[in-house]
Amino acid sequence: MIDIEGHYEVKLGPLPTLTGKPTHYCAGCEHGTLTRLIAVALHEMGVRERTVLVDSVGCSVLAHEYLNVDAIQSPHGRAPAVMTGIKRMHPELLVFAVQGDGDAVSIGLSELIYAANRGEPITVFLVNNGIYGMTGGQMAPTTPEGMVTMTTPHGRDIAITGAPIDASKLLATFEAPAYVKRVFLPVTPTPAPDFYNARGSIEGARSVKNAFRVQEMGGFSFVEFVSTCNVNWKMSILKSKQYAAEVLAKVFPPGLFKDKFGVEKR
Amino acid sequence: MTTARDFLKGNEALAYGALRTGLNAFFGYPITPSSEIPETLAVEFGNPQYPAFKVFLQAASEIEAINMVIGAAATGAKVMAATSGPGFSLKQEGISFASGMELPMLIVDVNRGGPGLGNLGPEQTDYFQATKGGGHGGYRNIVLAPSSVPEMASFPALAFSLAFKHRTPVIILTDAFLGQLKEDLMFPEVPALEFDTSWATTGARGPERHVISSMHLDLPELSRHSEHLRSKFEGVDRSEQRSEKFQTDDADVILVAYGICARLCQRAVGTLRAKGVRVGLLRPITLSPFPKGELTAFVERGVQKFLVVELNTGQMIQDVQLATGGRAQVGSLQRVGGLIPSPSEIVHEVEGMVR
Repeated sequence: MIDIEGHYEVKLGPLPTLTGKPTHYCAGCEHGTLTRLIAVALHEMGVRERTVLVDSVGCSVLAHEYLNVDAIQSPHGRAPAVMTGIKRMHPELLVFAVQGDGDAVSIGLSELIYAANRGEPITVFLVNNGIYGMTGGQMAPTTPEGMVTMTTPHGRDIAITGAPIDASKLLATFEAPAYVKRVFLPVTPTPAPDFYNARGSIEGARSVKNAFRVQEMGGFSFVEFVSTCNVNWKMSILKSKQYAAEVLAKVFPPGLFKDKFGVEKR
Repeated sequence: MTTARDFLKGNEALAYGALRTGLNAFFGYPITPSSEIPETLAVEFGNPQYPAFKVFLQAASEIEAINMVIGAAATGAKVMAATSGPGFSLKQEGISFASGMELPMLIVDVNRGGPGLGNLGPEQTDYFQATKGGGHGGYRNIVLAPSSVPEMASFPALAFSLAFKHRTPVIILTDAFLGQLKEDLMFPEVPALEFDTSWATTGARGPERHVISSMHLDLPELSRHSEHLRSKFEGVDRSEQRSEKFQTDDADVILVAYGICARLCQRAVGTLRAKGVRVGLLRPITLSPFPKGELTAFVERGVQKFLVVELNTGQMIQDVQLATGGRAQVGSLQRVGGLIPSPSEIVHEVEGMVR
């Protein structure tokens, strides 16, 4: 990767940290982007041989098919607990999970909160697209008010279901977590035809690496990626990027919520 | 600290037994009547006498605890959790995953009264849950049933040996009575156990890597995996049935009981023998695999009468009926609610059968 005045090049092509298998992710989905950002970070840090990926349940359940590292499957929502078991036994390992918003913020919120509160030196990447992707478009704890999903056919009514939960803000209220950040990942159209704003990927690449660095420094790191799910949002890819920017990013504005070790400044 | 000879509660003895086999990690959530297990381990954590004991962590829930156990087990650690009824229910999803992922681990269930919150008395009502799988998806556990405080101390070594040999969760199913009972015991000399962990996920060395997953989206692939698990348990069935026979050689009536009930039956056998009744006791040590070989042998020898004594409303009796195949009379003496039968009630029941 080259980082010159805002220009950032993500290496394409094979990497030892990628299996080379084509992903099952839908066209336009940020999971594929994040997979590569993780693979690049692991490769550049030279940590593949001491990395363990914990598969969560959701679209990232097949992450081990693409990331060429040791991996273990976790029950739905329990990845932070499984990671804790691994890391406590082997503090020298780099342990991380990619979780969805249903996995981490709904069924697995307890495991996430307690791992964060203990300051477990592990890394959680949260892909927040405001909906259950793999399960088929049901309401998630992060679904914006009014959004139509398979289980909120008339739009999410927060008087009935409660308001969206902001996981980054929540985790930042605890003393222990060392790095909590929210990044807007989708590429977005620009006024110029055929030109897209990929600032999210640049910010994402930096944040993934910073999250791993924080873990290596002994801290709990959490990066939330505001993402899209054009298939379950029932939108074109382009429309989904606009919706993410105009609606989801308003509910979940990007920001740095915690950086105890100051890795963002280095 | 313990000495080679000691006077301990069953739960304390179990904790020390686990430490003496080289336990690496414990993750748990306190629940009566099992809490002496984490309490004892918390006291001993950091004791240089147990250098292998690297992790003691109290989890925020039973669910978090079993998933921490899964993580540690994936690294090849000798790891355990302890719980009781309601907590054992909460752990079932995790045990199903561990079984599907073929992870060795020890789960202790100190059976209390149920269903629901029930009470804190002894029952054997978790028999089905422990021996028939307990969670979703069709699998089996190896289940051990100690019947004394010395066995509470010695069974963790057996449990880890079986767990690593067959790469599967092992349950020690005990009850509130044995967990709280204090007895004199001698700790057996157990060498710190070392097992093959070449399958563990501790970072890919070279191009090869390990993926531990219970997910097989391809239908024929899951079918093959399930066949593999089935043949593994058929092997366990053939090779790991364990039981103890007490005065059964010439017995016309055989009592079948495990755990605390086996102790009561042993007393009843003595009383009945003094009265001239030819009665014996078969005590299953492995509830799964169930020692059906011994039962079949009794039937083939001509034993016509069995009496199953258990603290539930009829669970193990089904396995006894299956093993005896309708070729013998199988009576039952049951107690629930935390009550236990007295030896004289067992004597009375047997006298009714031989009259």
